[in-house]
Amino acid sequence: MAILVDKNTKLVVQGITGKQGRFHAQQMIEYGTNVVGGVRAGKGGEWVLGKPVFDTVKAAREATGANCSIIYVPAEGAADAILEAVEAEIELIVCITEGIPIQDMMKVRAILDHSKSRLLGANCPGLLTPGQAKVGIMPGYIATPGPIGVVSKSGTLTYEAVYALTQRGIGQTTCVGIGGDPVNGTSFLDVLQMFEEDPNTEKVVLIGEIGGTDEQKAADFIDKHMTKPVVAFIAGQRAPAGKTMGHAGALVEGNVGTAAEKIEKLKSVGVKVAGYPEQIPDLIMQ
Amino acid sequence: MNLHEYQAKLRFAEFGIPVPRGKVAFNANEAYEIAKELGGVTVVKAQVHTGGRGKAGGVKVAKTADDAREHASKILGMDIKGHTVNKVLIDPGANIKGEIYLAVTNDRAARKPLIMASSEGGMDIEEVNRVSPEQIVRVHVNPLIGLRGYQITEIASGINLPHDLWKQFEKIALGLYECYAASDATLCEINPLAIVEEYGQTILKALDGKMTIDGNGLGRHPDLEALRDTSEEPQEEITARESDLSYVKLDGQIGCMVNGAGLAMATMDMTAHFGEQYGIGPANFLDVGGGADPEQVAAALRIILSDKNVKTILINIFGGITRCDDVARGIITAMSEVPTQLPIIVRLIGTNQEEGLAIINSANLTNMTGAKTLYEAAQKAVEAVRGVK
Repeated sequence: MAILVDKNTKLVVQGITGKQGRFHAQQMIEYGTNVVGGVRAGKGGEWVLGKPVFDTVKAAREATGANCSIIYVPAEGAADAILEAVEAEIELIVCITEGIPIQDMMKVRAILDHSKSRLLGANCPGLLTPGQAKVGIMPGYIATPGPIGVVSKSGTLTYEAVYALTQRGIGQTTCVGIGGDPVNGTSFLDVLQMFEEDPNTEKVVLIGEIGGTDEQKAADFIDKHMTKPVVAFIAGQRAPAGKTMGHAGALVEGNVGTAAEKIEKLKSVGVKVAGYPEQIPDLIMQ
Repeated sequence: MNLHEYQAKLRFAEFGIPVPRGKVAFNANEAYEIAKELGGVTVVKAQVHTGGRGKAGGVKVAKTADDAREHASKILGMDIKGHTVNKVLIDPGANIKGEIYLAVTNDRAARKPLIMASSEGGMDIEEVNRVSPEQIVRVHVNPLIGLRGYQITEIASGINLPHDLWKQFEKIALGLYECYAASDATLCEINPLAIVEEYGQTILKALDGKMTIDGNGLGRHPDLEALRDTSEEPQEEITARESDLSYVKLDGQIGCMVNGAGLAMATMDMTAHFGEQYGIGPANFLDVGGGADPEQVAAALRIILSDKNVKTILINIFGGITRCDDVARGIITAMSEVPTQLPIIVRLIGTNQEEGLAIINSANLTNMTGAKTLYEAAQKAVEAVRGVK
């Protein structure tokens, strides 16, 4: 068992003919993900990496039965790509693209709220169910099957945590990157709930960072609804206020969204908070 | 990206919001000429990207044009919270009867635009929020349909605005929302939106304005990008933006180069954790991007080395899709292009990490040391700074 993606996932790659799309499509295929095709307007009928290319997501879905899409298109066209996938009623849409304007994402959110689709990201590394499916850009070899659910806002920091777990022989059910944008599709809360309901997940690792109040809301959710232990790490304790730290959402505004505030809130509901990423496996094993 | 007050007010005016007909001066004589042209009482206002200008003495009322010249000569060159004043706005004085607060911003938690209004204008809104949050009216806007008339009624009645001003207020609120939506703004703020007596009439006027633009939206607004004031940004941050690197200058001694924003923050935190007791910390946040190719690494090195506070460099790379041996070769190439004698701690982890570390070691760069964990790397970097102090 796992959450969101598994060996039955049928994936279509939006932007498969681009440099990034093609490279990562190949990596996903090599990992064993069931990639059923790609989409690129104007290239329908061509073949890339042995997979058929379609002009539209709708055509790809009709021909292949795809239930998941991944988006590798540049920021100016990414909101469009998401909306196209929503209209084609793709169940899970994963958007890797970084740099989508926040007002575009607020409009996308307003439409998603009344749709049949779930969006992961944007500006995220995607997700990985070890041994079954990799949908995104996470390096496959760092993960191994096991009982830990991982959810994170950051890319390389997630790799660091997952790799540290794997090195200690602790495997994962699914590793989910929700992304570092201020307005995104799937929140910590959504993923925590899925891990709570997943019979194979025994413990959860949550990796957050400065900015916004998602971690605080996650703490409230953990307090009220979670029976499984959660270990957390929050990046950005030394980040100055008013400066965006790489991720568009990693920004302390006024005094809202500091690491100290998040750590305190998580600790207050019994979450063990690691001092540094390499400490996560120690806390998981306790 | 922040706009200056005078830039924000000009933008507001394009959307039909009444603003004072002031002008910007770069020296005291210009200030005099503008004040003379405006006639009567004027206000001389420092144009810097920081709040608290009034308290710092950066805003002064001038009774005559000569006064305006004198105030301008004192305000220009002034340091306000680390920002040097290079220009002043000369606005005509106003006969103020009341002050309102009105803003449009992004509500991250609600994932919608948010209108905030208060009858307590002229004050810092965070202060109002702390002391009397009930004084602030909040209305969320559906971004697909925009601000609606009934919502403006809700705001106007919520702040007890006199009925005879509602028509003007509606036009201003719609204009401000339109300005926000058309500019990819993250904040459009009028504080105060003043009730002023002018030629025997009572009108609403935006006496101060603030605008922040979403950096991700700037690509489609070249007119707004042109308003960027680079004198307000550290040189390193400008160079970094030109090289597509994400960089924030801090005041420590350890220059950090990391791939990925989260890991970069965690690396900063770790150096501060070990260094704090010695007054040592990170000199910067720097994300070289997931790939960390030689060109990016070289550009990053140049930026780190241009900061004279840097005493040690810490490179922390997680090789995911990228292989550590490729990254190691990139670092060695970059080192030959940007030579330095400063101690460099390199931590490579992930794909082909052993090969990567072997390349670093075999390059025989005497100032370079490998580290296996983030913990060890941060510790070594702090020790290196203490050694060269």
